Amino acid sequence: MKKSSYFGTIALLVLFGCLPLFESSYALRIGIFACMYAIMAVSWTVIGGFTGYPSFATAAFFGFGAYCGGVLINKGWPLFAAVGAAGAVAFVSALLLGIALVRLRGHYFAIGSLAVAEVLREATNSATDLTGGGMGLNIPLAVTSSSSVMGEASFFFWAMLALLLLTFIVVHLIQQSKLGFGLVCIKQNESAADMIGVNATMYKSVAFAFSGVFVAMAGVLYAAWMHYIEPADVFDVLLAVKPIVMALLGGLGSPAGAVLGAFVFLGIEELVWRNFLQIHSGVLGLLVVVLLLFLPNGMMSIAKRLSFRRGQRG
Amino acid sequence: MLVIQVLLNGIVLGSLYACIAVGFSLVWGVLNVINLMHGSFIVLGSYLAWGAYNALGLAPWTALLIAAPAFFCLGYAIQRGILNRVIAAPVLVTLTLTFGLDLMLNNAMLIGFKADYRRLILDPSLGTVSVGSLVVPTDRIVATIFALLLTLVLYLVLRRSRIGRAIVAVRMDRDASRLMGVDVPSIYAITFGLGAAMAGCAGVLLAMIYPISPIAAGSFLGKAFVVCVLGGLGSVPGAVVGGLFLGVMESFGSLAFGPEHSVTLSFGLLILFLIVRPQGLLGKRGFE
Repeated sequence: MKKSSYFGTIALLVLFGCLPLFESSYALRIGIFACMYAIMAVSWTVIGGFTGYPSFATAAFFGFGAYCGGVLINKGWPLFAAVGAAGAVAFVSALLLGIALVRLRGHYFAIGSLAVAEVLREATNSATDLTGGGMGLNIPLAVTSSSSVMGEASFFFWAMLALLLLTFIVVHLIQQSKLGFGLVCIKQNESAADMIGVNATMYKSVAFAFSGVFVAMAGVLYAAWMHYIEPADVFDVLLAVKPIVMALLGGLGSPAGAVLGAFVFLGIEELVWRNFLQIHSGVLGLLVVVLLLFLPNGMMSIAKRLSFRRGQRG
Repeated sequence: MLVIQVLLNGIVLGSLYACIAVGFSLVWGVLNVINLMHGSFIVLGSYLAWGAYNALGLAPWTALLIAAPAFFCLGYAIQRGILNRVIAAPVLVTLTLTFGLDLMLNNAMLIGFKADYRRLILDPSLGTVSVGSLVVPTDRIVATIFALLLTLVLYLVLRRSRIGRAIVAVRMDRDASRLMGVDVPSIYAITFGLGAAMAGCAGVLLAMIYPISPIAAGSFLGKAFVVCVLGGLGSVPGAVVGGLFLGVMESFGSLAFGPEHSVTLSFGLLILFLIVRPQGLLGKRGFE
């Protein structure tokens, strides 16, 4: 990633933190979702963009985090301790699961990662004592410092934004590091990377874990903000597909593109929801199809293409 | 006796699973495309059977004769018009593309048919067949027989016909078959059409047994996935073995743990197989 787009994104995100000044709860809700989607899309970039492994496990991580957080907060844990704990547990279990899962390639990996969410959802459904099963789980107020609704919404907005900044910076560091270089090598030619001494299974497992940890933390914040979660909601397969669409929209393999893609995607989704409630999923599908057929390299490629043309002319 | 009854139920269920999965498996094996629309094709087939029975009075087995060519054309057109453009792209692109198309198709069905469950009720009802203390509803037996027949027909098409041999050749080595003069894009479209036709026919048969709703598309797709991974990819015998295996496992699983765990059981099997034996029961290693 170019330095300019890295610092530009960070500056814009910090500026985005002024959103609560507008005192509009609708804007805050959109803001929280924008940050949440961006966290998912940027996290997915580590495994899907850098490494080239089509992971559909985002929904699994999100639901896992939401339920982890929900159960811990119900046990009286403070919010940030629950966020940290859920992140740590998600990282370790994703790492262990990754060691088994990343041996699969292509479609097999995609299905394996998709099945993780299905299994977790069914497990959550049947573990009624702990999770409330299909009835869902109520979560008590986790933020007691601010009494007003606006105050609570602003709090979660800043928390989500801070998490997004953390995610973005960590993913950028991964991209700069030896790990990121190894992942790109794996994407280009896995056998060759293995041959020259990249421990491919280890690298991929770590990438898989990093694609999960922040999503799980976002899940905790989501659960605490919503005060109610249910398996069908937080393990929704759309939560696994949307980050991919966002990353494709922005441009595969670029964290800044993923943030941009998430924000644009949310904007489109919101417009469609508002105007075509009946056919919103059809319009979403149409967007995906058009995007893949006509803009396969994402929006970040438009700028490149334009500057290339200008260069040719000049 | 209970064991035999459960085994029989498993075999009936398994033949239907095989019929659901065989087209999916063919498309996956030959085109290397996971067709996420497969579940919606099945549901659309069920609606076709429902409409044909209620509007025209055609029995489901007659409706098969309409469903097969109609779905073949639909599949052929989708492959020719849309999928062939990105067929060489990475897995992620084709997977997401069929997901987008499925969202559109499923949304269209939700608007067209609403989400309420519909039921195709044969009048007069076919009753049940009982041998000793074993009881099976006749409509299930009819559906099973037709499911196995359809699968056999597909197998014979792939084995005996010129086009079938070309499909198998493309599956084995795309570049070599192109050099031998096979028109690969056209074979792709025919394969996708065959897959869609199998899905539509499976939907017609399922309409005799299960209630029809667009929401069911996801669970049919899930079953197709599991069967493909269990049996091995892209071969008709693989889908049959995988389907029967899953059907029998689910039957006995329901007996042992209760029917609410059947989804967990099938996806647990899926993950186990992906890790331990990704080529499936009948698959050959390195041929995936």
